[in-house]
Amino acid sequence: MNKLILGRYFPGDSLLHRIDPRAKLLAGISFIFILFIANNWITYLVLWLFTFTMMKLSGVSIRIYLRGVRPLIWLILFTVSLQVLFTAGGKIYIDWGPITISSFGLINGMYIFSRFTMIIFVSTVVTLTTKPIDLTDAINYLLQPLKRLKLPVDEISLMLSIALRFIPIILDETQKVMDAQRARGTVFGEGSLPQQIKKIVPIFVPLFVSSLIRAEDMANAMEVRGYQSNNPRSSFRRLHWQKTDIAALIAMVLLAVTLFILRTEGHHFH
Amino acid sequence: MQINLQQVTADYQAGPIRSPEILKSISTTVKSGSFTAVVGKTGSGKSSLLKLMNGLLIPVKGSVSVGDITITSENAKQSVKEVRQKVGMVFQFPESQLFAETVEKDIMFGPMNFGVPEAEAKEIALEVIERVGLEASLLSKSPFSLSGGQKRYVAMAGILAMRPDILVLDEPGAGLDPKGKKEVMDLLHAWHKERGLTILLVTHDMDDVALYADEVIVMDSGRIVFQDEPERLFADVEAIHQWGLDLPQARKLQIRIEQEANVTLSQICLTRDQLAAALIEAGLA
Repeated sequence: MNKLILGRYFPGDSLLHRIDPRAKLLAGISFIFILFIANNWITYLVLWLFTFTMMKLSGVSIRIYLRGVRPLIWLILFTVSLQVLFTAGGKIYIDWGPITISSFGLINGMYIFSRFTMIIFVSTVVTLTTKPIDLTDAINYLLQPLKRLKLPVDEISLMLSIALRFIPIILDETQKVMDAQRARGTVFGEGSLPQQIKKIVPIFVPLFVSSLIRAEDMANAMEVRGYQSNNPRSSFRRLHWQKTDIAALIAMVLLAVTLFILRTEGHHFH
Repeated sequence: MQINLQQVTADYQAGPIRSPEILKSISTTVKSGSFTAVVGKTGSGKSSLLKLMNGLLIPVKGSVSVGDITITSENAKQSVKEVRQKVGMVFQFPESQLFAETVEKDIMFGPMNFGVPEAEAKEIALEVIERVGLEASLLSKSPFSLSGGQKRYVAMAGILAMRPDILVLDEPGAGLDPKGKKEVMDLLHAWHKERGLTILLVTHDMDDVALYADEVIVMDSGRIVFQDEPERLFADVEAIHQWGLDLPQARKLQIRIEQEANVTLSQICLTRDQLAAALIEAGLA
């Protein structure tokens, strides 16, 4: 429970912490698209350099980032091994019918692995350096155009910010309920798989009950203070777009251009 | 059954925040058959002390012995299960741990985790529901359909069903109305008197300490700073303030009367009855 770093904010005062959350969010999303420009080792090298620079700039230790990859490592390795085993071409090292290990496969596997880990690293940079509340403000701002399509943008961002607000509370609550059931003789992480699944019920039922109660209390508290979802409202925290934010976006464009220049023309592994 | 703490140091982990040395080299003995109250400011380590006694918190240094079982940082894995059966722990707001479809199944959860066969667990459920003063007909109901007070009793019955020798409680009266709170305390006191159950409870109410406890432990910044009879604690008004505690109502009134009438009563009065007797004796009433 304590190892979960997804969506966790690390307070700090680095350059990345100070960039406007809208710029960070846009840069983070654009990075995922930019990744797909890369198709040879030099472009991947550039991307890795970029990723490491960002991680360094965030002022958070590399170990924290590695922890973020750990829960997904099996998914990544599975995808990589599929690539390695089922891609033909280039020098062939092992050939067992449909299963071949070829140089193309190995290279492709490495690229896929890089893509996965870089996406995780860069999105972790964004969440580690941005307060959840700023992130929802940014999402709210960037979704504004969708209001024309009658999408309830303000409600969505309110839901997001409430959900984020409740994560630490629910984690805390989980810990308490687990302790209470431990005191009644439950030993977690022991026994066969069905037995272990059965042990989840005494945790989840109390958690659901308390979450529902909490949600109702919250709704009531909002209502007695006159909250109306369709009212136009201003924000207490204003986002300020500065020169550094423009610079950040220009940096992303430069990265894309660099990759376009360095990528191999018309040659694809897929 | 006696609890013995030897030079125990413990850290506490809540989410990503680790508080080192929430308990600092604590040594104490909780005597078999005693009714001990643990008091102290918020964050002084009271709840951690309780968790230590049933293996939910493992000492970093030192050892915790319950009867003939000893928990140290090395043997924690094997010893905690035994300890948890001997030491029943009732958390703050224990009703939030209820989960089963019926009250009966919820009460049976504890004993069955410790290997009691189903038929026997059913008998135990019937026995303990009566011990907490509820109707046996509630057994077939959903715990979520009960009132707040009833839920708390069911949760306590779930702990009693494990047949612990020691009962450890974190503010058992919190959030109940005065009458409900008194009922819970009276019930605990009755179990203590009639069945010799060793009870250790955290409380913020000094009147509970005065009325029920025969021993009191004061915690301050992760240390035990006092352990003796309640009379001795409430005699030292200065220390009480220094530890951020309060006095029982009767004792407060006694001090006020002594100041106003410029007398000193013959004893330290913790309850109304004691105060009344002392006043009559001094000819003030």
